[in-house]
Amino acid sequence: MRQIAFYGKGGIGKSTTSQNTIAALSETQRVMIVGCDPKADSTRLMLHSKAQTTILHLAAERGSVEDLELDEVLLTGYNNVRCVESGGPEPGVGCAGRGIITAINFLEEEGAYEDLDLVSYDVLGDVVCGGFAMPIREGKAQEIYIVTSGEMMAMYAANNIARGILKYAQSGGVRLGGLICNSRKVDREIELIEALADKLGTQMIHYVPRDNVVQRAELRRMTVIEYEPDHPQAQEYRALARKIEHNTNLVIPTPISMDELEELLVEYGFMDSDAEYQKAIAADKAAASV
Amino acid sequence: MTTVEQNQELIKEVLEAYPEKAAKRRSKHLDVYEEGNSDCGVKSNKKSVPGVMTTRGCAYAGAKGVVWGPVKDMIHISHGPVGCGYYSWSGRRNYYIGTTGVDTFGTMQFTSDFQERDIVFGGDKKLAKLIDELEILFPLSQGTTIESECPIGLIGDDIEAVARKKAEETKKPVVPVRCEGFRGVSQSLGHHIANDTVRDWVLPKADEYRKLPEGFEPSPYDVNIIGDYNIGGDAWPSRMLLEAIGLRVISQFSGDGTFNETVMTPLAKLNLIHCYRSMNYICRHMEEKYGIGWLEYNFFGPSQIAKSLRKIAAQFDETIQENAERVIAQYQADMDAVIAQYRPRLEGKTVMMMVGGLRPRHVIPAFEDLGMKVIGTGYEFGHGDDYKRTADYVKDGTIIYDDVSGHEFEEFAKQLNPDLIAAGIKEKYVFQKMALPFRQMHSWDYSGPYHGYHGFAVFARDMDLAINNPTWSLIENPWQDK
Repeated sequence: MRQIAFYGKGGIGKSTTSQNTIAALSETQRVMIVGCDPKADSTRLMLHSKAQTTILHLAAERGSVEDLELDEVLLTGYNNVRCVESGGPEPGVGCAGRGIITAINFLEEEGAYEDLDLVSYDVLGDVVCGGFAMPIREGKAQEIYIVTSGEMMAMYAANNIARGILKYAQSGGVRLGGLICNSRKVDREIELIEALADKLGTQMIHYVPRDNVVQRAELRRMTVIEYEPDHPQAQEYRALARKIEHNTNLVIPTPISMDELEELLVEYGFMDSDAEYQKAIAADKAAASV
Repeated sequence: MTTVEQNQELIKEVLEAYPEKAAKRRSKHLDVYEEGNSDCGVKSNKKSVPGVMTTRGCAYAGAKGVVWGPVKDMIHISHGPVGCGYYSWSGRRNYYIGTTGVDTFGTMQFTSDFQERDIVFGGDKKLAKLIDELEILFPLSQGTTIESECPIGLIGDDIEAVARKKAEETKKPVVPVRCEGFRGVSQSLGHHIANDTVRDWVLPKADEYRKLPEGFEPSPYDVNIIGDYNIGGDAWPSRMLLEAIGLRVISQFSGDGTFNETVMTPLAKLNLIHCYRSMNYICRHMEEKYGIGWLEYNFFGPSQIAKSLRKIAAQFDETIQENAERVIAQYQADMDAVIAQYRPRLEGKTVMMMVGGLRPRHVIPAFEDLGMKVIGTGYEFGHGDDYKRTADYVKDGTIIYDDVSGHEFEEFAKQLNPDLIAAGIKEKYVFQKMALPFRQMHSWDYSGPYHGYHGFAVFARDMDLAINNPTWSLIENPWQDK
């Protein structure tokens, strides 16, 4: 059984990308999705629902996770993909990171990991604390795919995630499988992400173009694979799925410093250099003094 | 070689067992007192060296166990998982008068008993519910304090919001104390945090909360006893003495004290502080805000009791001063009898001490009244001002150890071979197995009181019992014949 995880900055299209990729993978494999985001939106395209009942929500209602049965929270969605969401507290209270740990421990103890070829974790945003690193700790996800785009903060998050992987790569066996570029249609995006991948010691495993069919499918709470299986966008997800399936380029990442990241952005014209910045400030001052 | 030189050599020898970096750090916390110095020459209030055994507690222990816990008619909630509350349950022997479970709660333990769910979803709703339930179960409680355990600081429970809401609903004080155990280097920060909650949550509303005793008239002789935790009943003989010289004790904070006494404190003319370390903060605040002066005193042993009574009386008029002389004279015969009985049995015996707040210095004269000699002393969590004060008590050549480690304490004891070790429960059995007589100086070894004239009689008897117990002649030091 392979275990992979999708990480990336919030709002980057991580859940959409992962579910479409999983839908494609499910054509040949037995898959389980473990959503690790308090928003619980990692499985809705599979289940055609708003959000499924989460482990932690039910645990809070009942009193503790020990009071739950696996089949209450483990549902079967599109193409027999098994779906579970960890859930979490409302914003501003408690500890979502601990929630993920609780949920994954529950799944392990209840035998959710049996008869599977692939488990996929979909993890909220950045690796901000120990809890969010749970899926990349020893014995859990062995391959990490970072969803990113050619935007400053998405790349910043990608680098941060690489740092989290580096930490656990040394103690456990986790490796970085590659960057998935979910296009924002930014200029020179492919080159930029390839350059970042190079710096991180990994590959840009696939470039997913932007297409409105994704939104049309989402409106119907479906993946493109299900909604329009023959659409070119569906083929893109299938291509990504095949690449992941046969990926052997698994590395210990080499995260870069903030300075290096900024240099990269300057090089690709996403940010102006310090010289340009000084010039602009000087120009503003000159304009103000006139 | 002089004692000072010998002991300095001993420190060097003991430090040799450490790796270089640890030895360097620890060397700053060990020294030998030299006559005439105004300080003990040790660093203090620093993080313990990782890997060594330290006896220190945590901020929660300082706030709940020491400062707030003894306020007997309030409910003190250990907010977090059950262990912190359970293992600190009733451990301090703060005696009190009252009907436990009805109007007083000192030996009871209340906890929000965190489960995994409370960590994940936050425990503030549970806390609110707990306070509601306690209000139904114990309607005579005069208020609540909430002592945060470690996880609360991580998950960010808004205990202040719960406190405000519940205080409004119950019309009783609810005091949130952010004393998460990982804060600071020892229990000392917990004392400070708890003092600050008195300043911020209690005293500003003191006028509103205060219930004056019927016919209460302010008097020029009103004083507070601050920082006597009534261990084994210590505060009672202390109070008797103060009343005997004509003062009126309007508040004990916090040993055997009530919440009402806590809010009575601003009405006093003088704060009399026994444990300076844990309560100096609130005394300084009351001095600034209400102009109430504060005075440290020492009620261990007849010499210091007489000195302290005179010092206290000097703050008042001649009547009080005459009373003080009369009281000192009145107890003289009793004290002479105690000394006549025990001094011959204890004369020349040596002691090594290691305790908490004030005792590493305050108890020295009580031993000396019995003809004993303190050859080593140190604090678990003292600060610079404690060691400065200690210089007034120790003699030339006394070895001083701050936050002493297991290794250091044992090695010092082996070399100096004292007749008595006076420290805490964590050290007790180690030294007894080394065939050294031992007395607990935190809990008085389930005895007490040791304060005041009455306490000294108990103290003298206990030291004799420990040192002259024939059991010790039957055991050999394990290292003696090697």
